This record gives sequence, C-alpha cells and structure tokens, in this order.
Amino acid sequence: MSEPILQVRDLVKHFPVTRGVVFRRTIGHVRAVDGVSLDLHPGETLGVVGESGCGKSTLAQVLMRLTPPTSGTATFEGQDLFAKRGADLTAWRRDMQIVLQDPYTSLNPRKTVGDVVGEPFDIHPEVAPKGDRRRRVQELLEVVGLNPEHIRRYPHQFSGGQRQRIGIARALALRPKVIVCDEPVSALDVSIQAQVLNLLSDLQREFGLAYLFIAHDLGVVRHLCDRVAVMYLGSIVETGTAEEIYTRASHPYTQALLSSVPVPDPSLRGRREAIRLEGDVPSPADPPSGCRFRTRCPKAAPVCAEDPPALEVRDGTDHPAACHFAAPPHLVRAD
Amino acid sequence: MTVAASHLLEVEDLHVEFGQGRDTASVLNGVGYHVDEGETLAVLGESGSGKSVTAQTVMGILDTPPGRITGGSVRFRGEELLGADPERRRMLRGESMAMIFQDALSALNPVYSVGFQIAEQFRFRRGMSRKDAMARAAEMLDLVRIPNAKQRVREYPHQFSGGMRQRAMIAMSLALDPELLIADEPTTALDVTVQAQIMELLDELRRERGMGLILITHDLGVVAEVADRIAVMYAGRIVEHTDAATLYAHPGHPYTRGLMDSVPRVDDVAGAALRPIPGLPPSLSAIPPGCPFHPRCAHAEDVCAAEVPLLRELGGDHQAACHFAERFVAEDPDRPTTHEVVSR
Amino acid sequence: MTEPLLAARPADTEPEPEPDAAEVSGLWTDAWRQLRRRPLFWVASVIILVLLVMAFFPSLFTSIDPRATDLAGSGSEPGPDAIFGRDLQGHDVFARAVYGAGPTLAVGVLATLGTVLVGALAGLLGGFRGGWQDSLLSRFAEIFAGLPFVLGGIVILTTFNPPGQPVPESRLIFQVVTTITVLSWPIAMRIMRAATITAKQQDYVKAARALGAGPLRIVFRHILPNTLAPVLVYATIQLGAFIGAEATLSFLGIGLKDPVVSWGVMIAESQDRVAQIPHAILFPAGFLVVTVLAFVMLGDAVRDALDPRGR
Repeated sequence: MSEPILQVRDLVKHFPVTRGVVFRRTIGHVRAVDGVSLDLHPGETLGVVGESGCGKSTLAQVLMRLTPPTSGTATFEGQDLFAKRGADLTAWRRDMQIVLQDPYTSLNPRKTVGDVVGEPFDIHPEVAPKGDRRRRVQELLEVVGLNPEHIRRYPHQFSGGQRQRIGIARALALRPKVIVCDEPVSALDVSIQAQVLNLLSDLQREFGLAYLFIAHDLGVVRHLCDRVAVMYLGSIVETGTAEEIYTRASHPYTQALLSSVPVPDPSLRGRREAIRLEGDVPSPADPPSGCRFRTRCPKAAPVCAEDPPALEVRDGTDHPAACHFAAPPHLVRAD
Repeated sequence: MTVAASHLLEVEDLHVEFGQGRDTASVLNGVGYHVDEGETLAVLGESGSGKSVTAQTVMGILDTPPGRITGGSVRFRGEELLGADPERRRMLRGESMAMIFQDALSALNPVYSVGFQIAEQFRFRRGMSRKDAMARAAEMLDLVRIPNAKQRVREYPHQFSGGMRQRAMIAMSLALDPELLIADEPTTALDVTVQAQIMELLDELRRERGMGLILITHDLGVVAEVADRIAVMYAGRIVEHTDAATLYAHPGHPYTRGLMDSVPRVDDVAGAALRPIPGLPPSLSAIPPGCPFHPRCAHAEDVCAAEVPLLRELGGDHQAACHFAERFVAEDPDRPTTHEVVSR
Repeated sequence: MTEPLLAARPADTEPEPEPDAAEVSGLWTDAWRQLRRRPLFWVASVIILVLLVMAFFPSLFTSIDPRATDLAGSGSEPGPDAIFGRDLQGHDVFARAVYGAGPTLAVGVLATLGTVLVGALAGLLGGFRGGWQDSLLSRFAEIFAGLPFVLGGIVILTTFNPPGQPVPESRLIFQVVTTITVLSWPIAMRIMRAATITAKQQDYVKAARALGAGPLRIVFRHILPNTLAPVLVYATIQLGAFIGAEATLSFLGIGLKDPVVSWGVMIAESQDRVAQIPHAILFPAGFLVVTVLAFVMLGDAVRDALDPRGR
C-alpha cells in the first residue's frame, strides 16, 4: 500500500470544564478524543463511525487545525501537521479541506453562492488569477451538479441537498488531496442523501481525493468507505476494512451497533440477532475505568474494569479490536 | 356515539394550505389513512411530504393561521373532530390521543422537574393531590424503564440523557392512558443503540395497552422493523399504502421504489450502487400538474403529466397512486428483493 | 494548480451569464439595488435630507431670528405673525424649531454613532476574542451600565464645565455627546457581543477558518454582516432616546443652554405650561417624532436590504 498521506498517532483532545464567570476555575476535563491513531492513504475513504459524543467531530476539528490538540502527533505527507505556522499553515490548507454537516449554517446567509465558492480563491489568490475566478466558480458549480448560472443567488434560495453541494464545491475549489467529511449527509432526506453520496464517489474517482468520512450512519459508511474505524468515548475500539467490520466485527460494541441498525427489509423482522445495549453512553468527562465500554458491555468481566484493552489483533480475529474478549460474531441469523 | 364498525382513527381526504395568494402552499392534498387498536401504522415520507402536518391536524394542534384546513374529515371512533368544539378536542388530547415529538429536550420545560411535568396531568385532569400525582409519575417513569424512577422523578430535563428524555416524553404522553399514540420521528435525534431501545419500548407498550400507534418517520429501516401497515407520502398525498411485507417486496409506486434504492444498507454487499431519485421534491406552492412525482420519475409517460393518478386498489389491500402501478408490482425487474444477510 | 478544474470543455457549453448578472455582486451591491426599490427608503431619505439642510442652513427656512423675543406676544397662538405661535418668552416657535434642528441632530446622530461605534467595537472584540479580553471588557461595561444616567451626566458635565462659565456651542455639543456615549455604550456592546458569539459559532465561520481565512476576514466578511441587524434596530430606537436624554440634561441645566436652541431644550422649557401654551411643546415634539420615525424607517429598510432572505 502507498505511504499514508495523513498519519495520526495518539491524538488527545481534552476540553477543560470550567465554573464561574469572573474567576474561572477548571473542575475537570471532557476527554473528547483520548488517544486516537489512524492512517489515511491517498485516494481512499476511511470511515470514522460512532454515536454522538464519541469524539469523532472533535477529531475532525483537531485534524483541520481548527482547535489545538492536547497531545499527540499528526503528519501530512510526512510533515508535522501541528508544527505548521503562518504561510506554511495557509499553504497546507489548500491540501486538506472540510465539508460540514449542517447545510443551513455552513454557508454564510449574506453571501452569494459565487462569493461562497469563490472565497477560497480570495484567501489563496495564487490559485486562480482574479479574472479567471468567475469561470472557475461556475465550473465548480457544474462539477457538483448545480446550475452555474445561479452564481448570484443566495444560500436560502437552495434546498438542503443543493446547499450541501455548494459546501462541497467550496471544499473542492483549491483541489485538495484530502477532504474531511463531517456527517455530510446526515441532515439530508434519503433520496437527496443518495445523490450527494454518489457525487462524493464520483468526485473521489475524478480527482483522486482521500476522504476522512465521519458519520453515525453505518449504512452510509458501509456504502462509501474502504476502511472503517469505530469510535466509542474518544477512542477507536475496532478498525479494519469495511468487509472485516461489517461481516466479522469482533468488538461487542461494534456488534451491538450493527445489530441495532434497522434494516429496511420486513422479511428479516425477528430473524436478526438483536444485541440491545442497556442505558446510555457515559459522560466523557468521567469515563469508566479500564475498558470504557464495560458499563454497557454484555461480555464485561472484572479484568475489564482494571485493564484497558489495547487495540490489537487477537486470536480468532483478523483485524484489531480493543477488547479482551474480541471474537467473531455468532454465526447466523437468517437462513 | 361509538360506531361499532368504525376505525379507531380515520382520516379522509384531508386538505391543508399555508399562506395566501400566489404563495399558497398546498401542504396536504387529500390525505387519508386509518389506524385500529393495537396496530402500528407507519407514515413514511421525506421532509415536506406533509406527514407531520397530518398528525398535527389529527391532534388539533396545527397552528391556524398560518395553516388552513380546507377540507376533509378526521374521525376518532366515528366522532368527527374537524369543526368539533375546541373544549371537546382539548379533552380528547391526552385522554384519548397523545403525541410525542422528535426533540424531547425542547418538548420538556427546563425549569420544572420531569416528575412534576408528568404529575401535572394527574393533578389537573385527574384531580389527584400533589403527593399522589408524584407517586404516579414515578410509576410512569418505571413503566418506560427508567432506572431508579423514584429518585429520578425529581430530576430536571437537563439531567436526563437524550434517550431518557424521550422515555420521559413517552411516560408523559401515556399518563392518561390514551388509545392512540402519534410518534413524530421519535428516534431521529437519537443514536442507533438508543433508537433500538426506544422503538422496542414503544412496540411493547403498544402491545401491552392495545393502543393504536402512528409512527411518523423517514427511516425505512425503522419502518420495516415495526410497522404493520405503511402509508408512503409525497407532496401532500398518500402515494402508496399496504402492509409492510408487500411494500418492501413489491412496491407499486416508483417513488417508494426509488426510496428503497436510495438507502445505503448495513447489510449491503460491498460496492452496491445507490440509485438515487433524480431532482428535488416539488415546491408545495407549485406542485406539478398530473402526478406530482412525474418530473423525477424514470417511467413517466404523457399521461403522467396530464392526469393525477388516484390512489387505487391493486388487490390484497395494496393501494398505489400511479398510472402504471400494476406493472411495477408485477415485474420488479432488476431489483434484488432480498439483500444478503450478514452471516458467514 | 492553475490548470482548469475540468478537462477540456467544449466551448459551446460555456454557460451564458444570467441576464442581469453584473460582474460585481455581493451583499452590499445587492443591498443597494434592493434599497433603491424601497419607497420606505426614499421617504426616509428625503425627510432626513431636509432635516440635514435645515441643520446646516437654517436661514434657508426662516428669516426670523430665533433669539428675538416679543414679550408682548408671549404664548400667542399660531397665526400670520408667527406660524407656529410664540412661546412664553415670545420666541417664534417655528424659527426656534428650525434653528434647533442642528444641535438636536448633532447630539442625536453623533451620540448614536458614538454609542454604536464604541459599543459595537467592544462587543465585536469581546465576543470574537472571548477569554480574559471578553471578561475584562464585560466587567468594564458593567461598571458603566451601573451608573445612573442623570447622576453620571451631572458628574461628568459639571466636572468639565464648572457652573457659571460660558462654554462655546460646539464644545458643549461635543461634551453632551461624549457624556451620552460614555453612559450608553454598554447596551450596544451587549447586543453586539451576543450577536457576535452567535455568528462565531456558525459553521460558515468554521469553514472559512478551514480555508485559512485570517481573523480580519472572518470578522469583516462573515461576522459583521450577520450582526448588523440587531445593532441597527437598537441604534434607530436609541436616536430618539438620545435626543430625549439631551433634553433631560438641558432641563437640569448641564446640557445645551441658551443661546443654543434644541428641540429638547424647547420641550423642557415648555413642559410646565402644556395646558396654557400647547403649541410651544407640540411643534418641537412633532419635529422630534418625524425625525425619529425617519431614522427608524431608514434603519428598517437598511436592515431588510442586508438580509438576502427577505428579498
């Protein structure tokens, strides 16, 4: 396999919890991201899945250099990502872009679509000469399937799916190598979501993009991603190829997650194995000792409370999982 | 008052408009469905299809203005509700029909304890003392499987997690033992593991209490797991209605089929292509003539732009509003009807 | 990175621009195009223009000396001699109202500008930077917000103008404006700060940062246009209030005083004789109402024009 374009090691992001207005004091830390390592190769899609509060969006923010990490390293094409400053940082931003979740708040309501998609060229004037920008913006709109004549319209004149396309055009403007997609389709209707997913696939093929695809919808991730990392309370609990995760998940959390996803096929009703987790995700400000999943885990044993399991390949499995009792799922269900 | 043969709830030819003059949006254009005791009717549709407006009209909580009910009928146990005395409708709400919403956090008042808000119903509609009402509220929380209900009854909404808030909402809606529960996207804001818990809870409660459940959702997976019958909505109309097994195996409307082809599934074989529906749903103030779906339909012919297809019976209690429904039900050409199940 | 995004594209598919698509477009040009179509804007502008002309060239509107007293005609009704009548001192009410436009508008407009500029800048800074800078500014603002207006006005103005000394008109106006600004900016700051914090958290700001936009660009291109609306509403309402505040200071004898005329001074002078000489208070009050209304209309029109969703 090629060298990873993005390499993340032991990334940690803690947010202080403060009290008081005049005299702020820190009373604890939210461990949003707590030791995440991952590799992203050129042209591939790495899915990061997890439920709300698992830290997947914080991971995106840190990797986009929107918020500083607490510790850990990341390299982009071999260069230290967190050491980049000034012109170096600005230049790097051309290579890595982000598509955000909410198509309603991610576009400035007071700017025309032309301004929104053209802003990357204002910030990086070296990419497109001034006279060329209008044409470039119109090309971008066409690439994402919008009418290039609508360059003077405002975001509110577009539907949610079209706005998401505008957001994608903006991310695409600087011809990045990596696009972080932070829940890009979760706010869209089913029929529109499929259009945007297909667009993302097409763009990947056309421009050789690598996607770090963050989502909570396991169906979407299955559809789009080559490899998958499953996050729970700030850590990756299982990682592997899409095939490995979706057919041979070995971490009890991944198994429960997969069995919780409703499948649109009534003939399977009652025939799929249901692993129902009890309760809710614990607060990331006060995570359980040892394995973070143990409080909801059907397999939990005393060792889980003491010894945090490493993310590694264990006997009987073919990909890394952070569970002392990692094992392939029970075989079977339907005929 | 109760007619023996009537359904628990029957909605017929409901029309609702918003706005005035040229901007008039026809939000509902003849919606009809019914639900009986102990069964689950799923109303499936994307945003703007009118699924929530129908529910609000049934509950009598549609804001008028801006909304305007311009025709149709809503009957609860045979009793006409549209045009009924507002006092009577208010009495029915909670006692006979109740509703839960997507956003449980904003549906709960942050300044009162969860128990207090549930107890209110017992105090004001059942005349219970404060103490008895709180005790009943704790029982309700216990019913929806909130652990330590006796302690948690005094806690405030912000102290509850998302899933627990939705449970509390369910407890509140079931307090007066309604016969019909309308759940409007009850799990959309929740994580999958919690969603599964809530859907199971709703299903159990429906069975135990024999109540009718209308589940409003956009999620084809959720629908497949719990619905007895399904009504698919598009542009303010029911475009297809049948039992769950038939709908998924033999969809009669190209929109239903398009939806199914658009959903990326966890049990998909790798690399399965999505076949999205092209285009966008119509603006409700400019619904295309003829079949509202024809501009996005791959099978549209001239008649589709000219004539509005009525919801017609295809046999076996399966109705679809498409001129060529029989063809789609019968042939179902290249679509794999069952996906491979995750097993090795 | 300069090759076209798409491989060769046949020339004939090159999209035609929309018919009205001018090369320049954006919030401000679109807003101006929108404004020009609003009758409300033109009505407000004409009124304000007339008032400004009146402020700078009062002699164009009346040849009567506003300071000339005709004690014999004290309190006389409007008539051919004095179209708005005379006040208790026998001043011509119309002439005084015309000559009062200048100081009144100067105080109202400048105090509004001062309040909004100082407040908005502080709010923008505090809201955008957050942290200790925000805390410091907010606490500072609370101190000023805690000062009672009248007491604060008395302290400031008597400190700079010991009683009994004559003060030049322009200096007095400047002092009154400063006093009002110093005592009122915290409210503008709070409004701006809240709007800034809301705008800062929007995803479009995040997207701009991800593109490498610097703080200035984020503040001026993304945050400011989305925070103007509430400040504009506040400013147009405050304009009237500030003209009233000026009257309060005048009534206490520490604001504008003879020979400077202002509508506030006129209203203050005549208010205890409303029953006997109603016209002496009605006419300046009428001028005041029309002025405030014109600015409110202007603010409304500008706010609407700056919101693309309203078009």
